[in-house]
Amino acid sequence: MSLISTLARLEAVDSGRAQPLATVRHRHLTDRPLVLVPLTTAGEAGAPLGALVGTDRAAPRLLAVPQPRDRDLRFAFLAELAEAVLPHIEAYADAVEPAERNEVDPGTGKKVKVEVELCADAAQLIVPSRAGIDFVRLLGRSMRFRRTVEDDPDTPFPAPARVPLLGRWLTHYGERARVPGSSLLLAATDLVNRHWATGQSSLEDQHLGALLAWVDPPGGSGAEAALRAELERDRDGQLICPPAGPATDPAFDNKLLAPAIERYDRARSALGAAEDGLDADTRLGELSGAEREIRSLLAGVLLPTWDAVWRGLDLLRELPEGTRAQDRWTRDRWSFTGHRDRVLAGEPPQPRRDDAVTAAQKLASRETAQAQLDAQEALDDPLVLAGRRLAGEAFVGEVTEVEMAYSESKRPSPRPLVTVRTEERPHLGERTKVYRSLDGDPVRSQTAEFVAYATGETEDGEEAVGLVLRIMDRMGRGKEPAPGSVPEPGDRIAWTLFEHDQRGGPKLPDPEDTPWTHGGPPGAVGPGTAERPDPVTPEDLL
Amino acid sequence: MRGNVFEAKVKADGGMELLRLLVERLGHGAEAPAEAKVPDLTAAGPEGRAARTALALREATAAGDWALLDHPMLALEVAGSPAYLEPDAVVVHPDGTWTVVEIKSFPMVDGSADAAKVGAAARQSAVYVLALERIAAVTEGAEVGHQVLLVCPKDFSNLPTASVVDVRKQRAVTDRQLTRLTRVEDIAAALPEGTTFDPDRSPEELGTAVEAVPAAYAPECLAACELAFHCRAKARAEGAVESLGRSVRGELGGLTTVAGVLAAAAGKEGDPADPTVAALRRAAALRAEALAGVGGGVACR
Repeated sequence: MSLISTLARLEAVDSGRAQPLATVRHRHLTDRPLVLVPLTTAGEAGAPLGALVGTDRAAPRLLAVPQPRDRDLRFAFLAELAEAVLPHIEAYADAVEPAERNEVDPGTGKKVKVEVELCADAAQLIVPSRAGIDFVRLLGRSMRFRRTVEDDPDTPFPAPARVPLLGRWLTHYGERARVPGSSLLLAATDLVNRHWATGQSSLEDQHLGALLAWVDPPGGSGAEAALRAELERDRDGQLICPPAGPATDPAFDNKLLAPAIERYDRARSALGAAEDGLDADTRLGELSGAEREIRSLLAGVLLPTWDAVWRGLDLLRELPEGTRAQDRWTRDRWSFTGHRDRVLAGEPPQPRRDDAVTAAQKLASRETAQAQLDAQEALDDPLVLAGRRLAGEAFVGEVTEVEMAYSESKRPSPRPLVTVRTEERPHLGERTKVYRSLDGDPVRSQTAEFVAYATGETEDGEEAVGLVLRIMDRMGRGKEPAPGSVPEPGDRIAWTLFEHDQRGGPKLPDPEDTPWTHGGPPGAVGPGTAERPDPVTPEDLL
Repeated sequence: MRGNVFEAKVKADGGMELLRLLVERLGHGAEAPAEAKVPDLTAAGPEGRAARTALALREATAAGDWALLDHPMLALEVAGSPAYLEPDAVVVHPDGTWTVVEIKSFPMVDGSADAAKVGAAARQSAVYVLALERIAAVTEGAEVGHQVLLVCPKDFSNLPTASVVDVRKQRAVTDRQLTRLTRVEDIAAALPEGTTFDPDRSPEELGTAVEAVPAAYAPECLAACELAFHCRAKARAEGAVESLGRSVRGELGGLTTVAGVLAAAAGKEGDPADPTVAALRRAAALRAEALAGVGGGVACR
């Protein structure tokens, strides 16, 4: 946490309301995000208990597992989840626009432009909390290696038809969520935390109800509302604002859920023991009654979280989207399209563990994404830039003097010297490069080199430093710089010490060209190493 | 519930499955033993069980054979008073090494488990290792292994799988913390005469009693301690900056209260020569400038 966001937190404590950490929205939100609020069973590490899912806040679809230890009911849940999620994803996968991509021609080895399809938009998935993202990853892992009857008629417990496909998509979303700045799969708590500082610790900020109470308190103090959201219980000892899950509150598990599941179990064994048709009919009625009860219990604890996620999204939509967030969303669309193509091409599911080459590539791309995100957020948002200015990685200053100078080559090009007055203390060394953006263009930036500190000159007794910068590029090809390409006295300009367009390091070699020392154990990649499904045992969790 | 079922499954059949996993991970290619002694550790009271455990450990080490101690009882002095600990199992190797076994019900998916849970298990095991070392010190030929065996369900099944966790670091940290702990007698001596935490007392009396004990609250307490909410309310009422996190405290140097920090940032208090105060003022100025810029001021160009 930087000092500037610590200060924001302290201001929030003082005022009882969350304070802004951003002036624009740094994550893209689609028009129709799919919200998924999952629940797991306590003590059964990972077994799903229920979920609310949907794109319409007024009409969530409730999925429930009345007995989480029953494999058939779990499969039914997963099949229903696939039915709810996959059509949404596929709707986006089908709408494409033409795009170009650079590829190396295998024959000539030259770079050529290839016409490819790019999905016009991608399906966005929102879960309440970071634990929800982990749960999506876990669900993906548990489903993608399952075999259906079509894959293998002899498989002992065949999975419903579309479950493995859902597993692959959820795995992709879970992996993509690890890329800094990506918006395919987002947690509502992360979204809100990125844009507001509350007066509580980051640990407590993981509670969605308390977090929203700070940002948008229902009247009065956010601190008090957050405390109520965290602790208030009704007469039966149940939390008014249930945890955002996937874990449930122990009081709910013990007092309400466990007895309901027990009634369901009893009704089910009674149905199994029914002697004639009439008896079976009554028993069936009891069973569906018990199931309805569990469903309504789950709906009771899921709905507040469902509403909270949508409220969080509403709050975020009030902020204008950052200019460069669109660029990151385009990357998400490429990632979405790439996975769609892999599924269409019939490639096997993602392996259990990445091989050395894939892992190195993923790491490198995440590092680039992080650098890109840091730069883009600072350029989009003066409040984020303020943090970088405080850290000495950027500065804002007024141009006081411009002196023409030329390079010493045969054909002299303009290298004007610009004196900038600033009260800030950027970390400048000899010939340190600084950058500024040109006319609000999000991509193009002009480079300058630090030359020296200007001496003397302190007007009205204020302590100000003069920095002499030499402009290096973007001035056209002529002897005189192109109009508007050199700052003029009086201009107030933000300079950064980091590049605006962050490119990663050199490209890693293809797997075929990777030396064996860096390619992992021999034979780890290639055909014949397709992943086997998990062995099924009588007591599986998922 | 599943945790108990899983533990019973791991230890079933005289602990043969557990020993197989142990030899596989720690045995350096040795063959799993065909049988192991499982000494009876029942005794009256924790002191009795701890003494029984120490005796069983001595006997097993002297016998020079495999032995599995199921739920032994260990004693460790914490802040001057004895604490009793019950590891899931301790295995005595024929060479006299004792290995702590920790059985957990969180799954190990594709060979890796939740890092936070593994860390907690490692810290827990380190305490057992420390307690065992006290016994090993007076047992001839005994040595406590600093690698503990963590047994978890494999992937999504109920089949056990194991991983070796090196707890040297956690052991060293806990050891240091234990020697630095204020002794219970010293804390008690500082309390007013007649202070009691008897749960039968009225809430007011108990509240005053708890108030009398100083606490250093940090948000991490919320996950570990029943009194955390009480300490949090106290810390918040005092305006302590620690209630926002330990790292915040580190950033703010000598300033410890919210009001103090804000006053320093606003230029009302504090010495401008203090680097923390100077940084705070710059931060406040930059933040105010950026926020004012939203309404049409100079933004980044």
